Amino acid sequence: MQKSELGTVRTLWRLVPFARRALGRISLGIIAAIAAHLVALSIPQFLQNLVNSLVDGGIDALLPAVGLILLLGVLEALFVLLRRWLVLTPGTFVEADMRNTLFAKLQDLPVAFHDRWPSGQLLSRAVADLGLIRRWLSFGIVLLIANFITLVVGLIILFTYNFYLGLIFTVASVPIWIVGFKFERKFGTIARLAQDQSGDLATRVEESVHGVRVLKSFGRGGFAADQFASQASELKTTEITKAKAIANIWLYLILIPEVALGLALFAGVWFAANDQMSVGTLVAFVATAMVLRWPTESLGFLLGMTLEAKTATTRFYEVLDEPDLIADPKSPKAIAEPKGLLEFHDVYFRYPDASVDSLDLINGVNLRLEPGQSVALIGLTGCGKSTLTALTTRLYEVSSGSITIDGVDIRELTRWDLRSQIAMAFEEATLFSSSVRDNVLLGSSEKSESDLKQAIEIAQAQFVYELPNGLDTAIGEEGLSLSGGQRQRLALARAVAANPRILVLDDPLSAVDVDTEAMVEEALRQVLTKTTALIVAHRPSTVMLADKVALMQDGKISAFGTHKELLASSAHYRHVITSLDEENKQREVNL
Amino acid sequence: MSLYGTNNEEKSDLNKEESRFIRQRSRKLLGSLLLPLRARLWLAVIMILFSTALRVAGPALIAVGIDWALPRAINNDLMPLWMVVGAYLLAAAVGAVTVYFFLTLTAKIAQAMLFDLRNRMFVHTQKLSVEFHERYTAGRVIARQTSDLESISELLSGGLSELVVGLTFMIFTAGALLVLDPISFLVLACALVPLLILTRWFQVNTNRGFRAQRVASATLIQNFVETMTGVRAVKAFRKEKDNERHFGGLVETYRKLNARLIQLFGIYDPGLILIGNATVAAVLLVGGFRVLEGTLGIGVLTAAILYARRFFDPMEQIAIFYNSYQSASSALEKISGVLQEEPSVPEPENPVVIHRAQGKVSFDSVHFQYATGDQVLKPFSLEIPAGQTIALVGTTGAGKSTLAKLISRFYDPTSGVVKLDDIDLRDITNSDLRREIVMVTQEAYLFTGSVAENIQLGKPGASMAEVEQAAKAVGAHDFILKLPNGYDTDVNKRGGRVSSGQRQLISFARAFLANPAVLILDEATSSLDIPSEAMVQKGLKTLLSGRTAVIIAHRLSTVAIADRVLVMEHGSIIEDGTPEQLVAAGGKFSRLYKAWRESLI
Ligand SMILES: Nc1ncnc2c1ncn2[C@@H]1O[C@H](COP(=O)(O)OP(=O)(O)OP(=O)(O)O)[C@@H](O)[C@H]1O
Ligand SMILES: Nc1ncnc2c1ncn2[C@@H]1O[C@H](COP(=O)(O)OP(=O)(O)OP(=O)(O)O)[C@@H](O)[C@H]1O
Ligand SMILES: [Mg+2]
Ligand SMILES: [Mg+2]
Repeated sequence: MQKSELGTVRTLWRLVPFARRALGRISLGIIAAIAAHLVALSIPQFLQNLVNSLVDGGIDALLPAVGLILLLGVLEALFVLLRRWLVLTPGTFVEADMRNTLFAKLQDLPVAFHDRWPSGQLLSRAVADLGLIRRWLSFGIVLLIANFITLVVGLIILFTYNFYLGLIFTVASVPIWIVGFKFERKFGTIARLAQDQSGDLATRVEESVHGVRVLKSFGRGGFAADQFASQASELKTTEITKAKAIANIWLYLILIPEVALGLALFAGVWFAANDQMSVGTLVAFVATAMVLRWPTESLGFLLGMTLEAKTATTRFYEVLDEPDLIADPKSPKAIAEPKGLLEFHDVYFRYPDASVDSLDLINGVNLRLEPGQSVALIGLTGCGKSTLTALTTRLYEVSSGSITIDGVDIRELTRWDLRSQIAMAFEEATLFSSSVRDNVLLGSSEKSESDLKQAIEIAQAQFVYELPNGLDTAIGEEGLSLSGGQRQRLALARAVAANPRILVLDDPLSAVDVDTEAMVEEALRQVLTKTTALIVAHRPSTVMLADKVALMQDGKISAFGTHKELLASSAHYRHVITSLDEENKQREVNL
Repeated sequence: MSLYGTNNEEKSDLNKEESRFIRQRSRKLLGSLLLPLRARLWLAVIMILFSTALRVAGPALIAVGIDWALPRAINNDLMPLWMVVGAYLLAAAVGAVTVYFFLTLTAKIAQAMLFDLRNRMFVHTQKLSVEFHERYTAGRVIARQTSDLESISELLSGGLSELVVGLTFMIFTAGALLVLDPISFLVLACALVPLLILTRWFQVNTNRGFRAQRVASATLIQNFVETMTGVRAVKAFRKEKDNERHFGGLVETYRKLNARLIQLFGIYDPGLILIGNATVAAVLLVGGFRVLEGTLGIGVLTAAILYARRFFDPMEQIAIFYNSYQSASSALEKISGVLQEEPSVPEPENPVVIHRAQGKVSFDSVHFQYATGDQVLKPFSLEIPAGQTIALVGTTGAGKSTLAKLISRFYDPTSGVVKLDDIDLRDITNSDLRREIVMVTQEAYLFTGSVAENIQLGKPGASMAEVEQAAKAVGAHDFILKLPNGYDTDVNKRGGRVSSGQRQLISFARAFLANPAVLILDEATSSLDIPSEAMVQKGLKTLLSGRTAVIIAHRLSTVAIADRVLVMEHGSIIEDGTPEQLVAAGGKFSRLYKAWRESLI
């Protein structure tokens, strides 16, 4: 999250592509707002005539003048109505458009991005920040410009009443500029800080809710609450500083016009006393100055809002500017005749935050999975098995070397195409809070009911039929209303239902009992005869599922062969796969 | 239809009684938030009255200037003019400075309230039972604690003080007008009638809209959070397009609701201006006649017009903030609903204090079903003597985790009693219970933060030496040292920075450090490789001596350290005995055991 150096205007200018559709109406809205303000400003003019005629005692002038003022009043209201009508709806479109774009971008960005970015920061960008931008677009910018122009016009009118009185107000506006510039610098930083802190707070909330079971089972709710409170209190301090900055500029925005008005009053009365100015003009002058007061005072929070919109835009673009390092190729290839040959050629990979002096995590993997062949990937915890599987669908990108499917480099396929060739089951079954059916078929309409049934059969997930609404039961957030093994089997069914050329299963049966495991394996074998499969395994029982075993060690495939061969030839393999140290064996024998 | 707690909170179309119920609830919450701040609130009120009085004095002073000082000035007596202008400047300066202090004070009040509310929400959602979280979903809890609080914060920090400033300003202006020229005041008073009617219309129409908007935003957030959480699966299964469509639909619903609300506001606001301008014209007309009659000075008329105009000046601001007030109050309604929820696993009223539990766990004719489903645990009784290590095995979905969750009181049994040392769990305070019984859940959840912090969660304030010792005991020390910053390495969200086996080891070390009397391990080693598992088993042997333990595992290697095995199927315990007995008895366990033995090499 690097700080942007762009100025306020240039940052906000970046909203133009999204606001384009709304820009016409917003500009018209600004014009309507100015018109409304000008009408309001003109009312004192007529007041002047009226007062002068009252002084002369003419009743004929009163009624038309009042009528005119009423008319202007109605006109002002109409212009405001027009402004709102013009500006408000387009703002919501801009917000929706930006929100959808952000969402799409986030889905598109590589997993590495999501590893790095706290979830609350994304959430606060998608919700709070965009709401702020919408309000600024349909309200802040319009009033800011309109008020500013009104002030200028008002000043000119003041000059027409009386040059010296006008001068007083012009001179008085100088300190306002100074205060304004100071404010911009200070407030921008605080606004940004507040947004970041509230994003962090959102992250903490998110984790405390998702991790509520852990916090509960250790009784650490209170502990987490303390941490939360200290973070919330930081935000509180920032918000108070922010409010002080606003209060400060308000002080000047109230004070300076009042002082100018006081001085103008003195000068005006003096002029009137010396017959250099009519009473009517004095009244009109004061009335105009009064009309200008609110636009002046409102500059404070409008400016504040603008700066917040600026930081919100910066935050938005921090995500949008993120280069998508794992993108589709410019001219994608297609696999003419998919067979399911998966090859790793000299694949290297390291995580961006790995320590500098460490070896690459994947350090030259060469592996060839023939079409229809299933290979078990074995290795110690943390040796990089899951990472290697993630490389196949470009969740992460190889640092060097290549992975090919039927001879085509996966980077030359579109991601859509690639991921339709390979289906994965992750070690953590990620389910969504929709129905069983949607979770297995993922909303794909090309799949039929019988595909669904078959997949459920293979994964031994028949328990779904016994759920309250069968296949249409909503399985709750992240599937947490299912047992661990049930979740895992559903995730497996999903991978099978995709009916891919290549299956990548990351420890797919770790949470099921021995009997079920045997049944799943039995059923899976049917599928595996025609599907290429890479299966991460920790247990000998899962290894049995595969034709060949690849042993991973120090980032390489150190041995490849059948289970029997490796048992005979590789000491490391024996270490990884054979359990039971001597002591345990003793007890086993006794049983 | 009950609206208690979060029941039916999606409903936005409430009848009179229902909305009274909800409004009362959120008003009570507001009251309780304001109560501790009342001294400061009074101070703020005094300040605002004072500063507004000063600011409202302006037009009156101008009137005095024109009607009194001007004629004197014509006669070359400038003294009154000096006095008027001096008074004007003084009033303006003091008024403005008071506004400054008022604004900072209200910001402090607002932030204190928000802080209070944030913390209450956080603490309360942590207190609510798992059952609530399952029903309400994480996404919605998050929405309540982020976007709803945001909208209250917006009102409090942006709007409330301006609302108050504006309102007092209006009241004072009206008061000044009353003093200056009662007839003009009457004209103004007449204008209040359409003003109130318009406001009522706006209120009634937006109430429903804002409620619906809160629901829509929660749904949106829920969907967003879920997608980002499961982004790997989303990518791997090419759900992006579908998701975009679905999310786009939610965004559109939210947008439409918003647009409608804004349109209502777009009528309300010009309506106010219209009323204001018409009033000015009326004041002018009535005043003009009187000036012609000679019963009113020009200066007073000027002041009256200025007051009448200024009376409506803050209206636009007020309208805006009234709008955000409406939005905030629907947010507060939802929040008050969550706060009204009571944990279905409540704290005891008269707790039995335990200092150090023995660790005996017993089930007395317990039966259990989840809120949504069938009977998951059929009625059963079970006694686990203190210090015994139990292996709980069985088919997936048999109810093992459920049984474990009953021991650690995630849920209370539907009927029957679960006891620790012969004390009903429902009579033990949460803090005692959590100290004595710890469960490592099937989902090894790590929090953003360093490895050390994650382990320390087992015992806040534990020294680095203790942390390392725990890590060593479960065999996690070596890999932790290899991470870029060792124990200080950030594990990223959900522990994504470490492999799943490593995640389990860290959760395990956490439990090790907690040092409870009863330890429950739910598939705590399922993702470990065999050597690491063996290492953990070895650690367990020392850890479990003198401790009660329930170990759920599908890999029967755990059985090696168990004193007793329970086999579960379809919600019942079908076999119970020492491993030796069960193997000899030739039941299900014996078969499983043999199969497992054969699978080993
Ligand atoms: N997102 C990440 N960023 C940085 N390092 C990571 C990331 N994910 C994993 N690692 C590191 O890479 C190594 C390999 O992780 P990986 O998940 O591939 O292991 P694995 O072989 O699947 O282990 P297991 O059997 O426990 O699942 C681990 O040491 C881990 O700390
Ligand atoms: N929160 C819940 N709400 C409703 N039903 C649930 C919930 N959690 C579990 N169940 C159901 O209760 C039954 C028992 O689940 P439990 O998690 O206890 O099984 P388990 O024996 O631990 O299985 P596994 O070995 O797969 O983890 C399952 O049928 C499951 O679908
Ligand atoms: Mg892994
Ligand atoms: Mg379970």
